[in-house]
Amino acid sequence: MPGMTTEAKNAVARTGDKAPASWGLGDGQAIPWEYSPAPESRDVVTIEDRYGLFIGGREIEASDGKTFVTVNPATEEPLAQVARATPQDIDKAVRAARRAQTRVWGRLPGKERAKYLYRIARILQERSREFAVLETMDSGKPIKESRDVDIPLAAAHFWYYAGWADKLEYAFPGRVARPLGVAAQVIPWNFPLLMLSWKIAPALAAGNTVVLKPASTTPLSALLFADVCRQAELPAGVVNIVPGPGEIGMHLVTHPDVDKVAFTGSTEIGKKIAKGVAGTDKGLTLELGGKAANIVFDDAPLDQAVEGIVNGIYFNQGEVCCAGSRLLVQESIAGPLIDKLKDRLSTIRVGDPLDKNTDVGAINSKAQLEKITELVEAGKSEGAEFYQPACDLPERGYFFRPTLFTNVAQSHRIAQEEIFGPVLSVLTFRTPEEAVEKANNTPYGLSAGIWTDKGSRILAMAKRMKAGVVWANTFNRFDPTSPFGGYKESGFGREGGMHGLHAYVRLEDR
Amino acid sequence: MAPPRRLAPTDGRIDVRKTYKLYIGGVFPRSESGRSYVVATPDGTPIANAPRASRKDLRDAVRAARKAADGWAAKTAMNRGQVLYRVAELMEGRRDQFVAEVAQAEGVRDPRARELVGRAIDRWVWYAGWADKIAQVLGSSNPVAAPYFNFTIPEPTGVVGIVAPETSSLLGLVSRLAPPLVVGNAVVVIASESRPLPAVTLTEVLATSDVPGGVVNLVTGFRSELVPVLAGHADVDALDTWGVPDAMRTEVETLAADNVKRLSRRSTRTAEARFDWLDDRATERPEWIAAFLEMKTVWHPIGV
Repeated sequence: MPGMTTEAKNAVARTGDKAPASWGLGDGQAIPWEYSPAPESRDVVTIEDRYGLFIGGREIEASDGKTFVTVNPATEEPLAQVARATPQDIDKAVRAARRAQTRVWGRLPGKERAKYLYRIARILQERSREFAVLETMDSGKPIKESRDVDIPLAAAHFWYYAGWADKLEYAFPGRVARPLGVAAQVIPWNFPLLMLSWKIAPALAAGNTVVLKPASTTPLSALLFADVCRQAELPAGVVNIVPGPGEIGMHLVTHPDVDKVAFTGSTEIGKKIAKGVAGTDKGLTLELGGKAANIVFDDAPLDQAVEGIVNGIYFNQGEVCCAGSRLLVQESIAGPLIDKLKDRLSTIRVGDPLDKNTDVGAINSKAQLEKITELVEAGKSEGAEFYQPACDLPERGYFFRPTLFTNVAQSHRIAQEEIFGPVLSVLTFRTPEEAVEKANNTPYGLSAGIWTDKGSRILAMAKRMKAGVVWANTFNRFDPTSPFGGYKESGFGREGGMHGLHAYVRLEDR
Repeated sequence: MAPPRRLAPTDGRIDVRKTYKLYIGGVFPRSESGRSYVVATPDGTPIANAPRASRKDLRDAVRAARKAADGWAAKTAMNRGQVLYRVAELMEGRRDQFVAEVAQAEGVRDPRARELVGRAIDRWVWYAGWADKIAQVLGSSNPVAAPYFNFTIPEPTGVVGIVAPETSSLLGLVSRLAPPLVVGNAVVVIASESRPLPAVTLTEVLATSDVPGGVVNLVTGFRSELVPVLAGHADVDALDTWGVPDAMRTEVETLAADNVKRLSRRSTRTAEARFDWLDDRATERPEWIAAFLEMKTVWHPIGV
């Protein structure tokens, strides 16, 4: 199917169509079957009409009674009304967190804190399907991913950090690790519950309490997490959740009684937050944008690389800070690789996120869809070669076809700016030196990918990448034991692993 | 200007005075601006003229640091440790000069100056020893739930700007300079404005050691003029703000945010002038090195 334009054929692969070569059916064979819908049941989760703020262990209305609507991006239907935190509510939440930190959580022995975190991990496992369905409905990500990646990893993060709570003295030899106090945490909409776990688990393990603001388009899994806290009988005020718009997040991170700020989101907002805490003693960690290079050498296992490239950029609709959005292919294999890639794109299933066969779900919001569309138009007008596979998009909802640009120049906006969508820019290189130079030619430095059969080359290239995470012959893998975070304008501080604890402790002499 | 106070007794001959200069890219230029300012002892006695670096000098220093950074980072850890240890050896040889200069700069008596200089040399040795150990203390291999050898290693951040402590002219400077250097960063230092001369002498030690030119660059001048330029420079990756006056702190940190600089700052509750640089527990800390490191995590496949 390479070469086929979107306009030429507006259909998913259907019975009787010519099968893509990768299906191995032989040249010119017709597709013998098609996928039937396989929707995950929505019954497993009860979505309330209205959600409050979670402050001091109780669900309360916003001080001015205002709410906002969170929408299912796959259907554009409203899911629930959510209380919209006000500055007064932030004060209240920070006070609750402070009280809980000084009176309860900060005094609790590590062993006891650990047991609460283990409880949370277990409850997340027990309620995993409920969370997966809710996450998919609120964010638009495929159920396959929320079920197999987001939720299990979120539970694993709590599990991992639970065990650190009573072992901090081994993480910081020669020092005593004290909690910082109250942590203000602002998280993005691309991995709502997973980002919540990355923030809350290490903070609590180290003895801090938190006030967390989920993204305004995806507040529901955080609010369901409030219920997990109640089930775990976590002391009131240890975790507080305050949904609202960006301004309320800024209000939270600049609150004078906050000791530590952790933010995951765009580089633009990250800089504003850094300015907001300038001149204070607040600790700060930032996990910001990226424009990762995925480098494929001529000796790479091509089929495996194609899968990795697809996973690197189309996983979670490309709404991933560490997405492999720039493909750097060694020139000698660019032709065959791009052919295989286009062939593989034609088998990607875009559509209902709740369908278990869906690979690419809905874009998180209308605003994000517009941003992606704008950058793709820029790519076309700047002269890169545009490709999309033929596929039907649902009539309603925010969807975008997997997109591929070839003949991309480094100066193009699609090679420079973070698109945060299913859009891959392909560039080529001849020598490893050129690959290194191009890969590092960005203000970002979050992640990189290397595809080669040669172990020594992996390590040599990994050393030269200005990036915090380097995947070799894989991409977009995460693990609670594995530190994650950026170089340069992709932020500072690490989340995950022993290093993830550093951001939440003050070290004192023994 | 009153005649300078003598550093050492002379035997009646007319001594040859030193011209204090900037240290940029391994050479000793004057300020391109042609300006200088009078450096005096705490009681107001003039000692010498020091160059008053311009913004241009500072930008030149950043360029020199960037050029030198990769080569310094690429040296083996043990080699870097040895090169820095040799700096301590050379400081020991110049000890009397440092003692005289510190006594004069800080207005302290000789025994106290001797203690400060001795400790500065010892601190240099303490930090130099970390060169080939820090990766073992701060790095890790991570037991991921997939067939990958997953490891985390520290790497230097790149170009580090240092606003040196204002009061502790040598010991404070060494305590802040050695940590980023030992792990392979290149640095640009704005020396103490009121007490810059021991720092200049330290650059003469560095120039005759094996530390490659450009790895350490040092300018003297007015903080109000220089610090905002360093803080806002887009090719500086990290900033040590220990010596930033409290009144400038918010401005400096705001400028630094423009390219997401890593900040190493003292607590607002710590008054720089009263900080005890002789306290080894407070000043010999792996965390001070870690502030200028990036952690890189690599997923290497396992398979036959």
